[in-house]
Amino acid sequence: MNAHVTEAEALAPETAPAAQEKVLLRFITCGSVDDGKSTLIGRMLYDSQMIAEDQLAALDRDSKKFGTQGGALDFALLVDGLAAEREQGITIDVAYRYFKTDKRAFIVADTPGHEQYTRNMATGASTADLAIILIDARKGILPQTRRHSFIVSMIGVRDVALAINKMDLVDYSEDRFNEIVAAYRDMAKNLGFRSITPLPISALNGDNIASLSERTPWFQGEPLLPWLESVEAGAGDLAEAPFRFPVQWVNRPNLDFRGFSGWVASGSVKPGDAIVALPSGRASTVARIVTQDGDLPVAVAGQSVTLTLADEIDVSRGDILSSVEKQPEVASTVEARLLWTAETDMHPGASYIVKLGARTANASIDKVRALIDIHTFEPAPGKPLALNEIAEAKLRFDRPFPISLYRDNRDLGGFILIDRITNETVAFGMIAPGRAAPETLARDESGAQESGVDWGRLVQNLGEKLLPALGGGVLIGLGAKLFGAPTSTAVALGLADAAFRPLVRGWYGDFRAALAKRKSDDEITPDGAGI
Amino acid sequence: MNAPLTHLQKLEAESIHIFREVAAECEKPVFLYSIGKDSAVLLHLAMKAFYPSKPPFPLLHVDTTWKFREMIEFRDKRVKELGLELLVHINEEGVKAGVNPFDSGSRLHTDVMKTQGLKQALDKYKFDAAFGGARRDEEKSRAKERVFSLRSPEHRWDPKNQRPEPWRLYNTRKRPGESFRVFPLSNWTESDIWDYIAKEDIPVVPLYFAKKRPVVRRDGALIMRDDERMKLRPGEQVEELSVRFRTLGCYPLTGAVESTASTLPEIIAEMRASKTSEREGRIIDHDGSASMEQKKQEGYF
Ligand SMILES: Nc1nc2c(ncn2[C@@H]2O[C@H](COP(=O)(O)OP(=O)(O)OP(=O)(O)O)[C@@H](O)[C@H]2O)c(=O)[nH]1
Ligand SMILES: [Mg+2]
Repeated sequence: MNAHVTEAEALAPETAPAAQEKVLLRFITCGSVDDGKSTLIGRMLYDSQMIAEDQLAALDRDSKKFGTQGGALDFALLVDGLAAEREQGITIDVAYRYFKTDKRAFIVADTPGHEQYTRNMATGASTADLAIILIDARKGILPQTRRHSFIVSMIGVRDVALAINKMDLVDYSEDRFNEIVAAYRDMAKNLGFRSITPLPISALNGDNIASLSERTPWFQGEPLLPWLESVEAGAGDLAEAPFRFPVQWVNRPNLDFRGFSGWVASGSVKPGDAIVALPSGRASTVARIVTQDGDLPVAVAGQSVTLTLADEIDVSRGDILSSVEKQPEVASTVEARLLWTAETDMHPGASYIVKLGARTANASIDKVRALIDIHTFEPAPGKPLALNEIAEAKLRFDRPFPISLYRDNRDLGGFILIDRITNETVAFGMIAPGRAAPETLARDESGAQESGVDWGRLVQNLGEKLLPALGGGVLIGLGAKLFGAPTSTAVALGLADAAFRPLVRGWYGDFRAALAKRKSDDEITPDGAGI
Repeated sequence: MNAPLTHLQKLEAESIHIFREVAAECEKPVFLYSIGKDSAVLLHLAMKAFYPSKPPFPLLHVDTTWKFREMIEFRDKRVKELGLELLVHINEEGVKAGVNPFDSGSRLHTDVMKTQGLKQALDKYKFDAAFGGARRDEEKSRAKERVFSLRSPEHRWDPKNQRPEPWRLYNTRKRPGESFRVFPLSNWTESDIWDYIAKEDIPVVPLYFAKKRPVVRRDGALIMRDDERMKLRPGEQVEELSVRFRTLGCYPLTGAVESTASTLPEIIAEMRASKTSEREGRIIDHDGSASMEQKKQEGYF
């Protein structure tokens, strides 16, 4: 299947740089209807020799039957696998395809361009490290290009390839290419992309896909596939972030064993590490990291393991075991971006089921602060959300959640809302920095935010900035007594014994409320970069 | 500090996560054990997911009565070794009606003995989630399927209206009678499966390894004559050829490939060099391009 793998590699799969040693890149294709997304993926699979002979024969037959290219190979049919898609020549749902080259393993999600299926596009985007945004060279930027660009940004993709497709239909015009690229850069300037890499391509003819095309001698960049093999993309190293372990399942084979099965969402853990279970705040120490292959000396972000603790503390599904030093805030209200995915509109004040990590609760939408206008990316006054609309909203959960920002960790800050009657997934949610306390009080602007609340700074700031305004002289006295004059998180936490934490949290909640009241102006970040 | 996780470690962790979500959120899950290499990997992952507990669900094999004998032997041995509960279901009505792959054709046989058999078993035990070893790289309608795939009370799949499934968040809510098919191996490829079998030393049915076996050339495929029920057509003869199988199913419907690959490294090398897809050898897949989707809509796994 893969012509690139040498026999020696194949013969020693554990040691050779075969499949499992390759770095994995997950990307999507997106853009407006008919811009050529599926054709491009089919073309990439074909050019990297991932299409077996029997599949090629089937493609040939299918192209004659359903093809949009007058019987010539229609590469989109390699990806559009549903009967309805083939009949209509469109993509309805996301397709996941897998391919490997010498250098990398790829998971690519081909997403639908039709507005009606935006939620399927967002599903594909949610796990992507990188996006290829396609634009039909004849048509330029369309509303769906804007919508997809916004969603890609909102969902946390930082690097995009801007593939100006169907260059064959504009005579491979450099001017046309430059014009669209300039317009796109202007449109995307507030979307917070780290890199935008433009490429002139023809998915149909294969120009600038596997190798540079002679028809675009003016193009200075790399062709798409080699670029994908080397581009740096994806989230930062979650292994370096504070330890977070959502508990999925309490593992209790007999009376002598009680473990907590889950996955390390960030950071790492070793036996002997002090942890705290949230939201309860009970503290303990990791005793063992249990796996069928034997106990591990350390577990890192991304691993599924079972932990046992030194103490018999109450921990159940949905709790988070966290590092003691850097704990996430525990709250029952959050600010979030919502992408509405249901056919039925949101009912303001209605109650939904929220699922975040392994935790489920009831949630109500307190307030839709603003809708994002897909044409201007500007917020507009809030109203009930309809299918495919994006909004900034305030949600209230009926029990406390350990809260992480989506931009720090997709798995800890992303949630879904479920309609309790229809059981539909009605929204994707992404926890955004709160408008009130934590953002202004406890974070610095350097961009190196942590998801945990910095208790020391919080108390300090409360004293300096707020308490006079709130007339909270008693609290500042208490804070000073408890914490001294903390200068660092570590010092503060050293003092902030677990017993005091609920107390501090109580104040903190009050301050948030007071602050929220003080802030009458609800300023909005108009772009997706904030998440 | 710590080496980043390899591709296989990531796949393993993701699959284990899926197993645990089902165990935590579904009432009565079952593991559909089809005895092939994907089932072998899936079972291995289930053991890991719950260790030191046993997987909190039984295995179910829907036996069409036409599986290779070596598959059944392997199944019984494996289940015993692991100390798991195995349910075997046979569609007795189909047997009574005399449905078989030779006279009824592959389509009817598969529908009655496999698809209907599966539905009967799921209804009989009222399972609300069934794990399967399907991978998205197998086939283009599978490439479209969710990890948690909702089925109506009639076991139908509605491919045009699947729930969005962002991140690793699975909406496991359902109405009475509805159920899930859950695919923890969704993101694995055939080559990942073999690499993992090699790395973890997972036992698989010996039919995957080349050996001299009695085969008949029929309709362009090499069919192993596993028992006397396969009658020879005029002009046909049984040949002893060194063959192996890339996928396993009902023996009359599973084409063998000529091969001398008798060790794991040889199999992996052969797979990497192969110019055909693994499903080439499955006779049921060829009845039309969208046929897998259709079968799935009707309730086939
Ligand atoms: N001339 C030309 N036609 C192309 C090119 N790329 C795609 N097409 C054609 O454009 C049409 C749409 O292509 P698709 O790949 O189905 O488009 P898509 O973006 O996947 O469409 P949706 O998924 O439905 O949004 C098909 O007829 C393609 O053959 C290209 O580079 N040049
Ligand atoms: Mg498409």
